[in-house]
Amino acid sequence: MTWVLANLGLIWARTLDHVVLSLPPIVLCFVIALPLGWLARRYRISRGIILTAAGLLYAVPSLPLIFVLPAVIGTGLLSPVNVIVALTLYGIALMVRVVSDGLDSVDADVRQSASAVGYSTWSRFWQVELPLSGPVLLAGMRVVVVSTVSLVTVGAVVGVQSLGSLFTDGFQRGIQAEIIAGLVTTVGLALLLDGALVLAGRVLMPWTRRGAGTKRSAAVEVTAA
Amino acid sequence: MNLFASAIDWILDPANYVGLNAIPLRLAQHLLFTLVTLVIASAIAIPLGYLIGHTGRGRSLAVMTSGGLRAIPTLGLLTLVALWVGIGVVAPYVALTVLAIPPILAGAYTGFEAIDRRTVDAARAVGMSELQIVRKVEVPLGLPLLIGGLRSATLQVIATATLAAYVADIGLGRYLFSGLKNRDYAEMLGGSILVILLALVLEGIFALIQRFVVPRGVSGRAGPGSGNAGRPSISANLPERSTAIR
Repeated sequence: MTWVLANLGLIWARTLDHVVLSLPPIVLCFVIALPLGWLARRYRISRGIILTAAGLLYAVPSLPLIFVLPAVIGTGLLSPVNVIVALTLYGIALMVRVVSDGLDSVDADVRQSASAVGYSTWSRFWQVELPLSGPVLLAGMRVVVVSTVSLVTVGAVVGVQSLGSLFTDGFQRGIQAEIIAGLVTTVGLALLLDGALVLAGRVLMPWTRRGAGTKRSAAVEVTAA
Repeated sequence: MNLFASAIDWILDPANYVGLNAIPLRLAQHLLFTLVTLVIASAIAIPLGYLIGHTGRGRSLAVMTSGGLRAIPTLGLLTLVALWVGIGVVAPYVALTVLAIPPILAGAYTGFEAIDRRTVDAARAVGMSELQIVRKVEVPLGLPLLIGGLRSATLQVIATATLAAYVADIGLGRYLFSGLKNRDYAEMLGGSILVILLALVLEGIFALIQRFVVPRGVSGRAGPGSGNAGRPSISANLPERSTAIR
């Protein structure tokens, strides 16, 4: 505890580093996975290719990927870009399937009704299919947020600073409190971002609030965990 | 791609096939470590998951703990346990077992839950004992989801076993860290490629296993008369995703 109190500045600085590394992958993977997921649902051939590629990508371990990326995209080994790109790829791998499943969950009757009352494919996607698959997308993004925040720490072993640096530094110097502080802050940050996402979901999808009872208990479980 | 060429050269270099750092030895170590971790985790998680799935009790507790465990960064757990028990293989075993439990547990109990209640009731009605229901009905029908859980646990352990080299001289991760220390990018890249290939091969093997463990008569393409028999194989990849946060 003394260590924590004496190093609040350090913890705060690493937390900011962590946020800077976590947010771009979270936003980017959603933006990229949306069209890919749509494409995966739309055609049988693209479905096979995209979902298989996503599955394989998701199977690639994170640390080796961070080592391999510099050779592929030409960044320096210590560049934070590697961590951001790697986590964006994981997010895409997970979300492509979720987007495709989410769009699939929209009732075919609803889709046809929308076309019947005059929606174009484009506006039907944005105004009917996307909002209706919202709850599924939200569930997927919650997984992305928590796993991204947790995986950012891996970058610390190659020297990309984040809350993970508290683990490597604490380990090398034998300071238990530093590692525990890192653990607590990382989990706390994940829960905070997750909570923000749930809140955004309620604001953006007011029609899901009727079933808010179950959602609320889920949120309580997360906090308790 | 000069960098990849040098990494391939490193992988093929005969010097890397002798002594304590021989690639086959490291590969075997990595696999053995993964296997032992999975066996320990399974021995804990499968009976517990079956108990939860069969009785329906303790589900929210299981969901909560596995959700919480998943949010914990591996590296933090690994370094913390390493500080407690000292440098060596014990820390990776402990940390990785903890990580492997949630997906296996989820696979075990969601496998039971996915079974149509009418099927279980029918088994009870024809006079099966509870133990027989578990052994002859629930375990086979829940197998695809359990394999799905084992699959994500395996991938996670293979990946994290690489990280384990940070606190113990074990497995293929060693190349990544010694390469990093000696500024030898060919070694880092070569080691990384080996780990990625290993993960992809295992992923492929599991995909095949998952296709073949669906019990006879319960095909994914079953007609409407077979109830939800098709569900396990379709949602086989879901336990991880759907329970990760709850």
